[in-house]
This record gives sequence, C-alpha cells and structure tokens, in this order.
Amino acid sequence: MIETPAQNPEPANEGGMTRRTALKALGATLGAAAFAQAIAPLTEWTDNLTIDEYLQKHYKEMSPVDMAMVIARLQTETKEETGVDVHIGDYRPQPGVKFGYALNLSVCVGCRRCAKACHIENNHDRPSGNSYIRVLEMQKGSLDLAKGRVNYDHAVPDKEKFYMPVQCQQCDKPPCVSVCPVEATWKEKDGIVVVDYNWCIGCRYCEAACPYHARRFNWTKPQVPAAEINPDQGYLSNRLRPQGVMEKCTFCLHRSRQGKLPACLEACPTGARVFGNLLDPESEIRWVLQNKRVFVLKEDVGTQPSFFYFFDE
Amino acid sequence: MSNTASAALARHGTSYARFLWKAVRDATDGSAWFYAWMILLTSLALVGLHAWAVQVRDGLVVTGMSDHVSWGLYIANFTFMVGLAAGGVMMVIPAYLYHDHEMHDLTIVGELLAVAAIVMSLCFVVVDMGRPERFWHLIPGIGRFNWPFSMLTWDVIVLNGYLALNLHICGYLLYMRFLGRKPSPRWYLPFVYLSIFWAISIHTVTAFLYSGLGGRPLWNTALLAPRFLVTAFIAGPALIVVLLFVLRRLGGVPIGPKPVQVLVNIVRVTLLINLLMVASELFTELYSGGSHTASGHYLFFGLDGAHALVPWIWSAVGMGVVSALMFLRPGVVARPVWLTVACALAFAGIWIEKGMGLIVPAFIPSTLHEIVEYSPSLVEWQIMAGIWAFGLLVLTVALKIALPILRQPHGEETAATSDCVVTEQPKARATHA
Repeated sequence: MIETPAQNPEPANEGGMTRRTALKALGATLGAAAFAQAIAPLTEWTDNLTIDEYLQKHYKEMSPVDMAMVIARLQTETKEETGVDVHIGDYRPQPGVKFGYALNLSVCVGCRRCAKACHIENNHDRPSGNSYIRVLEMQKGSLDLAKGRVNYDHAVPDKEKFYMPVQCQQCDKPPCVSVCPVEATWKEKDGIVVVDYNWCIGCRYCEAACPYHARRFNWTKPQVPAAEINPDQGYLSNRLRPQGVMEKCTFCLHRSRQGKLPACLEACPTGARVFGNLLDPESEIRWVLQNKRVFVLKEDVGTQPSFFYFFDE
Repeated sequence: MSNTASAALARHGTSYARFLWKAVRDATDGSAWFYAWMILLTSLALVGLHAWAVQVRDGLVVTGMSDHVSWGLYIANFTFMVGLAAGGVMMVIPAYLYHDHEMHDLTIVGELLAVAAIVMSLCFVVVDMGRPERFWHLIPGIGRFNWPFSMLTWDVIVLNGYLALNLHICGYLLYMRFLGRKPSPRWYLPFVYLSIFWAISIHTVTAFLYSGLGGRPLWNTALLAPRFLVTAFIAGPALIVVLLFVLRRLGGVPIGPKPVQVLVNIVRVTLLINLLMVASELFTELYSGGSHTASGHYLFFGLDGAHALVPWIWSAVGMGVVSALMFLRPGVVARPVWLTVACALAFAGIWIEKGMGLIVPAFIPSTLHEIVEYSPSLVEWQIMAGIWAFGLLVLTVALKIALPILRQPHGEETAATSDCVVTEQPKARATHA
C-alpha cells in the first residue's frame, strides 16, 4: 500500500516528466513577464504616491503638528508641480455659528455668474468646466424639476421662465454622510458638510445618495493652468484635489470661516443670494427666514437643508 | 493527554501539507485542452489587469461614467455576482435541510461557485474605486469603519464572512475526503446552516445598499430585496445545471438525474415569481405616473428622445419569458441541449435585468432631472472580461482540485487512497507504470 500518495507522483516516464516540467517553467516565466507588462501603468502612477500621503491619518485624528506637516507637504508638492506658492489653511468652525443660505428666485436672472465664480474660486478642473452650482431654467408656475433645463443657451432672462441655482444644501440630515463607508465626509459644527480628500476611497456611494446632484468626482487629475490657480486655499475646501476622490460645495469655508462671503454670492449681480449665521438673530438670513415664505428643495426626502429658496411677494 | 493531542496536530500538519501539495499538483496538471483553457483565461485576465492599471493611472475618466451616471458596468456586475454567490447556496438547502444525500456531493460544487462569485464581486468593487490603494481605510481598527450607519460596511462584513464560511466548509469536507475519513458533523454542519442564512443576508444587504437611498426613486422600493433573492435563485441554479452538464462531459463526478431535477424545479418557480415582480413594478410605475417614475419610463420606453437602455431591458424581459416557457415544458427540460439553452437565456436575462437594467437607469434622469446617458467604454468591457476570466480561473482550479477528491469513495478507511491516486492521473500514464 502506498502510504503517502503525494510523495510518489510520477512512477515512470522520466523524459516526459522533465519535458512537462520545462514547459511548465517556460509557461510560468512567460506568464510572469506578461503580468509585469500588464501592471506597468501602475508603476507610472505610484511615482506620484508618497509613503507620507499613503499613511496619512484621518483629518479628525491628526494633531496640530501632524496637520502642519501635512499642509507643508501639500504646499511643497503644489510648488513643485505648478510653480505656484499657495497658502493652505486649516480653517475650523467658529463657535456660535451655523451657516445658512437663501436665494431669491424672483430676482435671479440665470446669468450663471455664480457658477463661473465657483469654478474659479474653487480651482475646478478647466477642461470639464466643473462647478458646484447648476442653474436650472424653470417653467413659470411649476417647481417640477423635470420641466427645468440646465443647458439653456440664449440671452437671459427669458420672461416666460424663472431661474433656480442648485448647489450643496448642507443638509442637517445628509444622506451622503451616513452612506460613506470610511467617514471621509462629515458635517461640521457650523453645518458645512466637508470631505477629507486624503481619506476618501472614491467609491461614489455619496454621489448616488445625494438627492441634489451636489457632489462631484475627480474622474481625472483636475487641470488648472498655473496662472489661474487661486492661492488662497482651505484644507477642507478649494485646495487642488487629487484624482479619484469626491468633492463638493463647502460654502467657500476658507472665506466664510474668516468672515468673508462665499464667492458665488459676491459674483451675483442681482443680490439674489443671502448668506449668514442662522444663530445670529440680527443676521440678514434670519430676517429672510422670518419675513419671507421660504421653502426647501425636495422637502419630502427628509434631508433638512440649510439652503432656502423664496419668491418676493 | 496533551502528548496525544499534539501528536494528532503534528499528523494533521503533515497530512494537510500533503493535501495542499496534491491540490497544487491537480490544479496545474491536465490535458492539452485544460492548458489551452487556462492559457485563454489567463490571457483575458491579463488584458483586464492591464486595462485596470491604465484606469488607476489615468483616472476613471477612461470609463463611460460621469457625475450624472456615477455607477455603471462594474457595480452592475458586482450586484449580479453577489446574487450568483447567494444562488450557489440553493444546492445546500435541499441537501441539508431535507437530508437529500444525493445532493451532498454537489453542494461542494455550489459552494465553490459561491467562492468564485464572491471573489469576482469583490474584484468589481475594487475596480470601481477611485483610490483602491486606500482600501485599508475600510479595515476596522486601523481605518474608520462607518458601521452600523453605512450599508456598504455591512456589505463588507457579510461578503467577507460568506467567503470565509464557504472556504471553511469546502476546505474541511475536501480535506476529510482526502484523508478518507468521515467528516465530523460538529465541524461543518453548524457552518452549513449558518451559510444558508448568510447567503440570504448577503443579497438582502446588497439590496438595502440601493433601496435605502431616498433620492433615487427607482431603487427606493421594498420589493428590491425580495427581487434580488428571487433573481439570485434563478442565476445560481441555472449556472450550476450547465456546470454539471459540462462536468459530466469532461468525465467528472457521475451525476444522477435527480439533482438536476431539483435545480430545474427551483428555476422553474423562481423565473415565474420574478416575472410577476417585474410586472408589478412596471404596473406601479406606469399607472401612477409623476416625475418619480421617470427612471422607469426611461428604462422601458425612453425619455425625451433618450432610449439607450430600451433594447437591453426588453431583451432581458424576452429572455425571461422565453426561458420561463421553456422550463414549463417537460420535453424541453428532459433534453440537455434545450435545457442548457433555457438556462443560458435565464442567466443572461438576469444579468441584464440586475445590472444595466437596474443600476444605470436609477441615475437617468439625474436627481436634478437632467438626462445624460451612459454606455460602457472599451476599458470597462476589458476589465469586466478580465474579472469574469479570473473568476472562471478560480472556479476551474477549485473544481480541478475538488473533483478527484470527490471521486474517492465516501467515509471509508484509508485503504482506498492508493487506488484513487492512480485513477486521478490520466489513464495512459497509469498503465505505463
């Protein structure tokens, strides 16, 4: 009886055995070579991936020292890649502040300057013309989005229409935040929903979950000519984004957390936009909420936006 | 006492090494046809791997996806594969719950299919990620695992758990067979029962991934999870029936007519239930109307001149109806060729319905009702072909390892082992000896 089957595999036929082994070895070598060839593009990509970046901790787990080092690294990398000296700040929420935004649909003329200002302020990819704001041309007498059009191409305003810019609604119950498997996106104390670009794995579940088409994915490395780069940057907002991660409107937190207004508001020629602190009873946004009949978009999905729309009487 | 225990452990150490060595040998040795098949699959897998490497370097811009349709062919296939993996367990239910001993051997085939399908589904998730190298952010403890809030974290748990369960059950049963010993129920039966519930959980959780999103009306239906389960129990058994025919042709385990009959009965019923569910979804969409039914309209009839998915979904419905009719005719089911055609139709129909027919239309129109269509790019097709080839590679290797062991007689003492060593090699060589 043969005790151990595996130890006596080929009782005879030595020549066939060696030929077979030689063929197998040849096959394995060719296979390994083909494998190396197949994954070659990966090595070109990893040239740009540093160990520090790879092992970087989650935003909330970084100490001030960690953060300073990360920011220094990012600024140096930007300098090396583009030749531009940028300043990246880690702007934190201010106590006693919760931001709210309101938009007067009676006044908006659909000129899309807000979308353009967003594009420039936030260092968006130039070839795709990306922006966090989409302006819908809506039919008068209806709030049905299905009757709206984004790609209108004529002199504005059309008297038969009204215009409705849509951007991140900074929901109090944001579906994008709960679905994220790695907590790469969260709601800050001042109500702004942010993304840690160095933590996001790029699964795009948040993009599927958002009812407002407010999130954008970096399908490729964003291209911004050096001369057009906005050097005033926030770590959680408009710094140059990496490829393969999500991004979104942050109410320009690098501006708003320093007491400035969002770029889209400053660009608006009609004064349709009102921005401010919802916790401050004297703020203009509170006046709007108290004196205008405001509504929120898609109230039925239960997201509780901090972005309000209204019409003048 | 500890001496005997450690001696037993040492014995297992050497015999398990022999088991693994035999597995490697079986997996790399075979006829010219076997080598041709493996080379074909390897080449396809490498084409896919290369396409993926290009995608990682250049970004997902090389796919057909956009901010409007942000999931496409990859997630479609992922969803289908989870179903296939759950469907593999259909072999287990009759075998163990109803003590059907003829099915026992074949459960291993079903579980190996489940293993291959889970591996494929995990591959499809990885290729969909924008930053695959950051997968460690998902590992509890060192990353930040958003459990229990994100359904995706539930999916990570149940899919990996299911993979481990099936690997354990198959591995244990095959090892015991290799030793020529009767498997101890203590070491596998609890896991078998667990895997039945687990199979249902993987597909339920995957359905919740979509049905929990209030902003996507097409997915936001309670029918999604039951529908997923029913379609899983079409695709899984249909594939196993075909697989059994192929194995019989290749001289694998002798298979009686009964297991095939059990599977045919399952597919016959689940095909009809699925058609009922599709019809009731369609009715609800069409009769009520309103803008939240726009995706359904787009899928079945087109919307504002955009109708890229209409041919897909109607061919899926057509395949479903034709295969259901075929399964209802005893004359068709009795003939392997026609039964294979019916199974292939059912399988392809479900692949479309659950993939391109379910994932993509939820994004069209977008949440702001813009209509941007999607069609997969060449890179996406290449990556998909590569993953399918890799999955078939895993399945082939697994079956190649399992079948010679399954051919060994049941639960007798080691006397029989020398005999089966000879039979597992090609006959010509044995006679040379």
